Amino acid sequence: MSDRMLTMAEAVREAMTIAMEEREEVFILGEDIGIYGGAFGVTGDLYHRFGPERVLDTPISELGIVGAAVGAALSGMRPIVEIQFSDFTAQAMDQIANQAAKIHFMLGGALHVPLVLRTPQGSGTGAAAQHSQNLEPWFASVPGLKVVVPSNPADAKGLLLAAIDDPNPVIFLEHKLLYKIPGRDPVPEGATRIPLGVSKVVRTGKDLTIVATGIMVNKSFEVAEKLAAEGISIELIDPRTISPLDAAPIFESVEKTGRLMVVQEGPSHAGYINEVIAQVSGSASFGNLIAPIKRLAGMNIPIPYAPQLEKVAVPQIADIEAAAREIVKNWR
Amino acid sequence: MTANPLLMGHPLSSPEHAKHALLYMYRIRKFEEAVEDLFGRGMMHGTMHLSIGQEAGPTGACLALQITDQITSTHRGHGHCIAKGADLTRMMAELLGKKIGYCGGRGGSMHIADVETGNLGANGVVGGGIPIAAGAALAAKMRKSGTVAVSFFGDGAMNEGAFHEAANMAAIWNLPLILFCENNKYGMSSSTEKAFKLENLADRGKGYGIPGVTVDGNDVVAVYEAAEAAVARARNGEGPTLIESVTYRWKGHSRSDKNLYRTKEEIEEWKDKDPIPNFIHKVLDKGILNQEQIEEIQKISTEQIMQAVKDAAAAESATPDGLLEAVFKAVSA
Repeated sequence: MSDRMLTMAEAVREAMTIAMEEREEVFILGEDIGIYGGAFGVTGDLYHRFGPERVLDTPISELGIVGAAVGAALSGMRPIVEIQFSDFTAQAMDQIANQAAKIHFMLGGALHVPLVLRTPQGSGTGAAAQHSQNLEPWFASVPGLKVVVPSNPADAKGLLLAAIDDPNPVIFLEHKLLYKIPGRDPVPEGATRIPLGVSKVVRTGKDLTIVATGIMVNKSFEVAEKLAAEGISIELIDPRTISPLDAAPIFESVEKTGRLMVVQEGPSHAGYINEVIAQVSGSASFGNLIAPIKRLAGMNIPIPYAPQLEKVAVPQIADIEAAAREIVKNWR
Repeated sequence: MTANPLLMGHPLSSPEHAKHALLYMYRIRKFEEAVEDLFGRGMMHGTMHLSIGQEAGPTGACLALQITDQITSTHRGHGHCIAKGADLTRMMAELLGKKIGYCGGRGGSMHIADVETGNLGANGVVGGGIPIAAGAALAAKMRKSGTVAVSFFGDGAMNEGAFHEAANMAAIWNLPLILFCENNKYGMSSSTEKAFKLENLADRGKGYGIPGVTVDGNDVVAVYEAAEAAVARARNGEGPTLIESVTYRWKGHSRSDKNLYRTKEEIEEWKDKDPIPNFIHKVLDKGILNQEQIEEIQKISTEQIMQAVKDAAAAESATPDGLLEAVFKAVSA
């Protein structure tokens, strides 16, 4: 085992490097991913390693980019699309939701679309409403798309390798604040895959189950460590894949702790965490709950610009801490 | 007589080629007529977009293509499918919601694809297939497969962003793509006069730095010649071509159309330009086929369509089992 502490950007780049070395049909396309190295530096030096054909700079044409990736995927290639900000997937939605997602089913299985669409999402950079959204519910509500939200570099690497292998379209949502932060765990060398659709118990505990993805896993972890000193024991589950959702470990955890809090950065209304709540509510684990389910999510507003406004729009560590403490203290 | 999707070449180059062109135009015409009839009798559900009057476009274009060349098609896509060599029974079965249909009853008229003949699929979204064809052409270039991709689309699609983005990408990357616009004069009810400030839509090619040619889309010979030149250019690494094939849709946009936006006289005028007699006159004039041979082809095409309807109607209906499992392709271990 190595003790390599990589950032998420480095881990994602490493996964793409391995995949491109393994299979010549893997290539990357997107805006400013070549010499520029990507808006967030994720593709970095890959242009120099693999050349302009396999690290393909495109015009600013999101619909065309995803469409070209769909066509290439139908023709034996394995494209990895980078969309510069997840917000811009709106420009490409026909190709994502009407084409890529539906082709395999709609054409009776005659064709399939092995495509990965990577895109940074999330708030915290002062980029305001059109560069800060968390859009996983858009994709998770379309049958035919797999949706991955990694929370740390090691997972990001293994999940991305599995996503590239997958014969179906996978939307891979990377929180931009995680790009430059090393994870808690080292990133293993080599090409180990982490299968899609498998939830991870990040931390075990007995008083409260927290379900979170992306950056909210990091924030919740910090809270869990802190509250452990107060004698509150938190079990933290990261589904890692929003769709398909592996709910069984969540049920098991709720049966054990009797309390559930779900945390997401995106707005509460129609967020993916509501699906988690619905599945728990419909499961036998519901009978073990001794407290109402707590939902902690972003406000139902566009992300504002000024830092003090942006902060209140999404759950912060203090919010998670207060909510966790309250649910455990108030429901015994 | 079975399909010969591998036949390529000028429709007037031999009796065999002339027969092929005529047979495929008849097949498209009679397939569409059969569909209209089945709808009329309440035996087919959903909707339909008929391409009667437009048969020369797909037939001429596909005579310039190898079986491995790829196409994307449109909501009005039966003609492209047939011209590329699809199985008539499986097509009809799909429209009738049968298990043996191309999509197992899951796609219907607007989503027929045929991997064996390089058909990447019809499309329910106007312009949806154009970037996909550009991607197929990109793959062909990267894999050095030597194949080309043809995207069929209507005049309406030329005002979609998808057309613009795909045409530009194909141009800057010199992709082996043929942008084949079937200008049938109307995007549903919007005439090209209302939707464009252009006489020839092919002039848009200039804006992308690629050749644009306008041809008589009711003349299978003219269509073939334009397509052949574009395919040669594409195979030669010289990049995409925009072809505007001017034609006319005899029937309404779909079953709900009352034809309020055009006159009976206009429709009659275009029926006089019927691509099938147009071609028959040519082959008779040149002595490539005689009247008897022509009647024989017409008879064969009618029999083929009747047989397809019969076999499709008798086939087992699609069932709901396996629907959930059909959403994703299984991940192999």
